[in-house]
Amino acid sequence: MNVSAQRRRLAMTRFANSFRKDRSGMTGVVILAIFIATAILAPILIPDAALDVTKADGGRFEGPSFSYPLGTDESGRSILLLLAWGTRISLTVGIAATIISMVLGTAFGIAAGHFRGAGSHALVGVTDWFLVIPFLPLAIVLATVLGPSTTNLIIVIGITSWAGTARLIRAQTLSIEGRPYLERSKALGAGNWYQMSRHVLPNVFPLVLANTTLTVAIVILSETTLSFLGLGDPQAPSWGALLDRAFSSGAVSRGAWWYVLPPGICVVLVVLAFTLVGRAMERIVDPRRAS
Amino acid sequence: MTLLQFRDLSVDYTSNDGMVPAVRGVTLGVEAGETLGIAGESGCGKTTLASTVLRLLPDTAQVRGEVLLDDVDILTMKWGRLRAVRWSQAAIVFQGALHALNPVQRIGDQIAEPIRLHQSVAEKQINSRVDELLTQVGLPASRAKSYPHQLSGGQRQRVMIAMALACKPALIIADEPTTALDVMVQAQVLDLLTGLVRDLGTGPAGGMGMILISHDLGVLGTTCDRIAVMYAGQVIESGPALEIFDNPKHPYTRALAAAFPRIGDPAARYAPTGLPGDPPFPGDLPTGCAFHPRCPIAVPACKLSAPALVEVAPSRMAACFEVES
Amino acid sequence: MGSKVLRAFITLAFVVMFNFFLFRMLPGDPIGLYARGRNQDPEQLVELRRALNKPLLEQFITYLRNPFDSTIDSTRFSRPVWEMIGERVWPTLLLLGTAILLASLIGIWIGIRAGWKPGGRFDRMSTGTTLILYSMPEFWLGMMLLIVFSVGAFGIPGMFPVGGISSPGVDTSGPMGWLNVLWHLVLPCTTLVLIYLADYALVMRASLIDERKQEYLTLARAKGLRDTMVRKRHAVPNALLPTVTLIFLSLGFVVTGAITVETVFSWPGLGLLTYEALRGPDIPLLQAIFLMFSIAVIVANLIAELLYVVFDPRVRS
Repeated sequence: MNVSAQRRRLAMTRFANSFRKDRSGMTGVVILAIFIATAILAPILIPDAALDVTKADGGRFEGPSFSYPLGTDESGRSILLLLAWGTRISLTVGIAATIISMVLGTAFGIAAGHFRGAGSHALVGVTDWFLVIPFLPLAIVLATVLGPSTTNLIIVIGITSWAGTARLIRAQTLSIEGRPYLERSKALGAGNWYQMSRHVLPNVFPLVLANTTLTVAIVILSETTLSFLGLGDPQAPSWGALLDRAFSSGAVSRGAWWYVLPPGICVVLVVLAFTLVGRAMERIVDPRRAS
Repeated sequence: MTLLQFRDLSVDYTSNDGMVPAVRGVTLGVEAGETLGIAGESGCGKTTLASTVLRLLPDTAQVRGEVLLDDVDILTMKWGRLRAVRWSQAAIVFQGALHALNPVQRIGDQIAEPIRLHQSVAEKQINSRVDELLTQVGLPASRAKSYPHQLSGGQRQRVMIAMALACKPALIIADEPTTALDVMVQAQVLDLLTGLVRDLGTGPAGGMGMILISHDLGVLGTTCDRIAVMYAGQVIESGPALEIFDNPKHPYTRALAAAFPRIGDPAARYAPTGLPGDPPFPGDLPTGCAFHPRCPIAVPACKLSAPALVEVAPSRMAACFEVES
Repeated sequence: MGSKVLRAFITLAFVVMFNFFLFRMLPGDPIGLYARGRNQDPEQLVELRRALNKPLLEQFITYLRNPFDSTIDSTRFSRPVWEMIGERVWPTLLLLGTAILLASLIGIWIGIRAGWKPGGRFDRMSTGTTLILYSMPEFWLGMMLLIVFSVGAFGIPGMFPVGGISSPGVDTSGPMGWLNVLWHLVLPCTTLVLIYLADYALVMRASLIDERKQEYLTLARAKGLRDTMVRKRHAVPNALLPTVTLIFLSLGFVVTGAITVETVFSWPGLGLLTYEALRGPDIPLLQAIFLMFSIAVIVANLIAELLYVVFDPRVRS
């Protein structure tokens, strides 16, 4: 094993040890583990018939009972099972959109911090533009143009949420750019790509990781909002889409709280869990920033 | 008359790794009208010691012993009484004036604040008092309207001095008042400070006392009446300023004196004596005399027990086995 | 200062261009997009086709001459889009203005109490609560408040209206009408206040914790000031500066709440109009709304930057 791999493994162990001591961070991890297990097991545990409107056997808007612990929706399906299935979709969209956002944010951030001159100005300009433009109206026009589907939802959220990351990474890159090993690497004639991938990226990586976790939280909230507005796939019952259907089917005026309450609690728990984990990671990676 | 008296004062900080001693059993006094210099490297406990006078230490600090200001123990005072004593009886000139001044308040208001708080003076008189103070420290009265960032480092330090003098306290504590300034300005500010303390503080109770904290023994030697040298939270030598500077007894003081030679002293040029190593971490002090790992004249006994601070010559104290014998 | 205004104009210019090209650069028949999923009045379709069949450059120049004079009417309401927006601005201003004002007052108060003694009982409780509120979709909170306080559930009788800005038939110009509007305002406003204050409280707390480490606070204590005075006179004025700026900068996030909460409470403002437009979808209306929201946010950002210059003496000189 070479020296740098060894050093990285040591840093990982140290990180894991500090994280285990962080109580709120560990609470987040436990909550996430439960939801991820639900998402993975959903297709095994839930019969397809449970989601099929034509095969639903419950009554309309039935309150919680023994056979339907969280009651039924407007077509008589079990809300508990819809919720479990929704976990899968909400988490998938959340994680996929975060990956797009992170790749874009890291690429823009490193490039804007590494290059000088007009190119850098243009990159910073684009980042600032995305930071200023209000998220939801932008996402709405993009989603309307692309049409409602899960893939489009992922793309829309991905390209509207990377700018904050880019700014953070750019600041970090600028501070790394002044360090001696990069100066030496430049003096030895290393190319831009080599400098960025070998020196800058590994150094900003811990921060990217902490930021990713915080971004997932925001992205899941965005997914819920956009799906609630009907911009997701109507066939894929994510938590937001569930709330959309509850709203349009009149669950609110019927006082069917069992239809509205659970999806929201799931969103709050998952977003809170990602936030707690992200903040804990930030405290370890960058104690100065997180107070 | 003894203005301030530290009696067997100890300060421990609670940290993740347990208790860290910062000050260990210091006994020291300042007479009215006297300037006491406290010397030592950073981390030796001099700032912590000075902060106990106004009880400004964070909650993590545990203080034992006595700090008598005019024969009253500061450490057992009630909060209301303590607030009344702060600034009116003892004031501080802080180290970095940029961070010690409120960035969004005009300096005139900041100087007036303690006057309003401690003295019942009419609003009009406060303004003329602020102008007077600014003039005394060599700044135009119009500067009262400026914000801290609009002043130079030296000017900000002058503002700090004006602020410290605002309530005519009996004691001024100047904690490295010139460290952040460049050399020329350092001398000016220091002259101003010592001059004002000497001239202003002549009342019925005797002159204004001052504690001047610095790592520069040369500065202390020329401006102070007496000097106490601290190492690892203890006073290891004390005595009249010039004697200590010209004829240090303790090996640590000798090294400090050599690090800041008097300008034009040929001896220093031929025998440069830097001190090897770093001061010990307060949480992990060596056994015996805390200085022995860096000491050029250490003997085996130094590892086993710590020497006490004893009189080694008339009005000279030192804590070293080699000096005693 | 001039450079800040210039930058705001450049951002605005990009919004205007983006708004134009996004809907026209896509492959396929733009008419299809404009009329997607709707039965169009043939006369309106002809009009639409005439407008969209002109060369792109000519369309762009027409658009640039006056981006606010949409030649294409709303496809859903068959009315000029800017006229509709003009009608809907006031309810939104009323709702958002009240909500932001209350949320910033309460949020800053919570942030000060929590941030002055971090780790204390109040801090642990308030930070827990604000983090939960921060994780909450605002429209869901609105729906739950509706179920509990308007429809009535869990033994609580319904006390508030299910939606709208006033009861049908009530004249809103007199004092009784205002009370009626106020009664309708309670639930949507509470929803937004709870969501916004979480953000403001977290920002104020972090800002105050930063200030707590500053040496000028030690000096203030050394002068003999009481703890409350140290906080009020020295710590809070310094911590308030970044917080107030952030409140202005968060307007983009405020807009999100307006859209979904107005939808849930059928509050007849720009947010509900957005929902109506996107359910169509009514592209001309959506374009105009996007432009409108973007301008509002860009202007708020500019105000935030200028405010900073006014209030922070360090930046002023």
